[in-house]
Amino acid sequence: MSDTHAHVITSDANSAGPLQFHLTHEHHPENGTLLGFWMYLMSDCLIFACLFAVYGVLGRNYAGGPSGAEVFELPLVAVNTSMLLLSSITYGFGILEMQRNRLRPMLIWLAITGLFGAAFLSLEMYEFLHLIHEGNGPQRSAFLSSFFTLVGTHGLHVTFGIVWLITLMVQTGKLGLTPENKRRLMCLSMFWHFLDVVWIGVFTFVYLMGVLK
Amino acid sequence: MFDHLDLVKLIFGRLTWEALPLHVPIVLGTMIVVMLGGLALVAVITYNRLWGYLWHDWFTSIDHKKIGIMYIILGLVMLLRGFSDAIMMRAQQAMSFGANNGFLPPEHYDQVFTAHGVIMIFFVAMPLITGIMNFVIPLQIGARDVAFPFLNNFSFWMTAAGTVLVMMSLFVGEFARTGWLAYPPLSGIAQSPDVGVDYYIWSLQIAGIGTLLSGINLLVTIIKMRAPGMSLMKMPMFVWTALCTNVLIVAAFPVLTAVLALLSLDRYVGTNFFTTALGGNAMMYVNLIWIWGHPEVYILILPAFGIFSEVTATFSRKRLFGYTSMVYATIVITVLAYLVWLHHFFTMGSGASVNSFFGITTMIISIPTGAKIFNWLFTMYRGRITFSVPMLWTMGFMVTFTIGGMTGVLLAVPPADFVLHNSLFLVAHFHNVIIGGVLFGLFAGINYWFPKAFGFKLDEFWGKCSFWFWTVGFYFAFMPLYVLGLMGVTRRMSHFDDSSLQIWFEIAAFGAFLVLLGIISMLIQFYVSFRHRAALRDVTGDPWDARTLEWSTSSPPPSYNFAFTPLVHDVDTWWQMKQAHYKRPEEGFIPIHMPKNTGAGIMLGGLSTIFGFAMIWNMWLLVVVSFVALLAVAIGHTFNYKRDFHIPADEVARTEAARTTLLANHV
Repeated sequence: MSDTHAHVITSDANSAGPLQFHLTHEHHPENGTLLGFWMYLMSDCLIFACLFAVYGVLGRNYAGGPSGAEVFELPLVAVNTSMLLLSSITYGFGILEMQRNRLRPMLIWLAITGLFGAAFLSLEMYEFLHLIHEGNGPQRSAFLSSFFTLVGTHGLHVTFGIVWLITLMVQTGKLGLTPENKRRLMCLSMFWHFLDVVWIGVFTFVYLMGVLK
Repeated sequence: MFDHLDLVKLIFGRLTWEALPLHVPIVLGTMIVVMLGGLALVAVITYNRLWGYLWHDWFTSIDHKKIGIMYIILGLVMLLRGFSDAIMMRAQQAMSFGANNGFLPPEHYDQVFTAHGVIMIFFVAMPLITGIMNFVIPLQIGARDVAFPFLNNFSFWMTAAGTVLVMMSLFVGEFARTGWLAYPPLSGIAQSPDVGVDYYIWSLQIAGIGTLLSGINLLVTIIKMRAPGMSLMKMPMFVWTALCTNVLIVAAFPVLTAVLALLSLDRYVGTNFFTTALGGNAMMYVNLIWIWGHPEVYILILPAFGIFSEVTATFSRKRLFGYTSMVYATIVITVLAYLVWLHHFFTMGSGASVNSFFGITTMIISIPTGAKIFNWLFTMYRGRITFSVPMLWTMGFMVTFTIGGMTGVLLAVPPADFVLHNSLFLVAHFHNVIIGGVLFGLFAGINYWFPKAFGFKLDEFWGKCSFWFWTVGFYFAFMPLYVLGLMGVTRRMSHFDDSSLQIWFEIAAFGAFLVLLGIISMLIQFYVSFRHRAALRDVTGDPWDARTLEWSTSSPPPSYNFAFTPLVHDVDTWWQMKQAHYKRPEEGFIPIHMPKNTGAGIMLGGLSTIFGFAMIWNMWLLVVVSFVALLAVAIGHTFNYKRDFHIPADEVARTEAARTTLLANHV
């Protein structure tokens, strides 16, 4: 009903005098990087949502090939999962050091995070190569296509995260904990934890439910 | 010997001289004309020593206004390409009856209709929409630029990179022959082993990255950078529709990325997502692509609704009727956009209850849309209407879009859809809403904001010619298709045997010819306006006596948009300022903080083109090299920390003083 009220020019209730129509000082809008990065993460989340949905539809189409129960090795996946979860914790320690403005300890924690990430990727590579070697590659059945794609997309994200991590370590090493660098570290932090959350979905939906039968 | 062969394959993939259209006279002729035209353009730019100007002032610019203008130029150029495809199809169908096979062989005709759809949606409508949003939003919300200026430039160049790939497919190899959504199994490697579908995939993937990033950018801009006082319910209507459109972009384009990636895996790696064997399911693709595709329809139409709202209020000299209901109607459409995708394939056979759910949700969308139509009508009611060109487009829209909407509701009835599915009735329906809604809106917007962008108005006479040719041409071109569709004629046919149908196709071809005159009129309009720019000059910055903030600054606006950030108290801020006899400040200027230009965006766009081309032709060596280069440039760019500068206060003072003099001389 906003169009029905008479269009009278009045000053705001709490300020006397004529209306001001411009600021006389420079206006600094709040930085939008973190919000923008959140939105990016949510759009990325939708890509994973599609891959999960595809796995949900095709994940039982074995086409005469092996089922999840036959090919998944839960102990390996458990170790793998713990690598990734630990890397999230160590990234968190890194951020704590960043908040205290302690560069060296932060870099050490980030390096440990990267190593955990690399260990995760190596185990995943081992799992993939093993499956392909056994003749159970992504071409074998729609189930394996969707499995390799979902898990592989996550792995690609982790790879990209490690490249980013190294870049940021170089940049903070060179320029210190400037506001820009801190903001970048926060973005990578969100990215890294986001990958953790996605992995929990993969672990539950693909591996645990896959071996359930 | 074999080693040598393998090296050639590693470098050139499947690209051979065969890929050039040396044996197809039509394409060869087009290629020669395009190459000569390109050479002439390069020669003119070089002769006038414009490369430096273009590079510094446009290509590397992070000014949202210039990026917006570049998007719009890109969209208009591609409109000519997309329309050439259209008129070829109309001519082919008008003559190809009985013994006459027309001038396009089927495999060529199939490429033409696929390219037409892909180009018109992705490389005409999307750049024009993004361009107008880019140009207008920061001005309407009283900001100096978008939230991420570099990202904006990068997004533009990714869109341009996708466009280059689509255009290359015309001359090097071929384009997809699958229809604009490339359904498998037809688009799978078994049925389409050549490069056509790969051109399709990579041009859309690369342009899609640009679209997604610009969506995030504009969302953050609207949420974080509004001038003080502009609460959500005080945003101009166009900003509201743009907000909802960008929500749709961010929440829909990832689905397109994912589904095209899966199709690529099927084609490149041999996975079985959409194959007919080994457990694949082609209907997965159809569902997923329409989960993107239906929101895409609203991504296109919502900003047009915003433009019509601005134009109607301005040219009726009235406040927009029903602002609040307009906002909620927009939001309802945004949400419902996700609940209707299945109406694109009722014939999938998902059963009566599923079909009726999607049929009903589809019909519900007409309620908020109808509310909007009434709001515009009531805005006009008892207004002092000026029948200027933007207003003509708006009124043409209201009639045409309403007809298109009604045939849409008809198609939403599943039993009716079973009869009309895949027929020319459907083709007529979506052209009715896309031309009558999106395109008319874009033309209204271009005519409306042109003086703001360039400082002079567009010629009214040629604008009116263009409007009438387009509108009448549209009815001639598409009403016959409704008739043909009701008679059961299916789409995408290059030849017919029943000669009783021919008259309808001839009428449609005549309509396409009228539309051609409309396009020519528009080009003449630009030319004539440029020639008469002194007479058409907009000195005040407010040529239409309009209502929102963009009209409070000069035309064209200075790089910093506003010398002082505006304070907002009302939806129609500028109208309120005029009512209060607001005096623009002439002293006390302060330095203004602005982002710096960068060449990283155009470099990344260029490398993406190379990467896409290498993927299409399986040139694996080039794939690796260009990918590494992409990473290196992207990471290298993050080492650039000095991304902004201050415009000194005395420079601002000089710019503003020049405007003061200009205004004083003209009052």
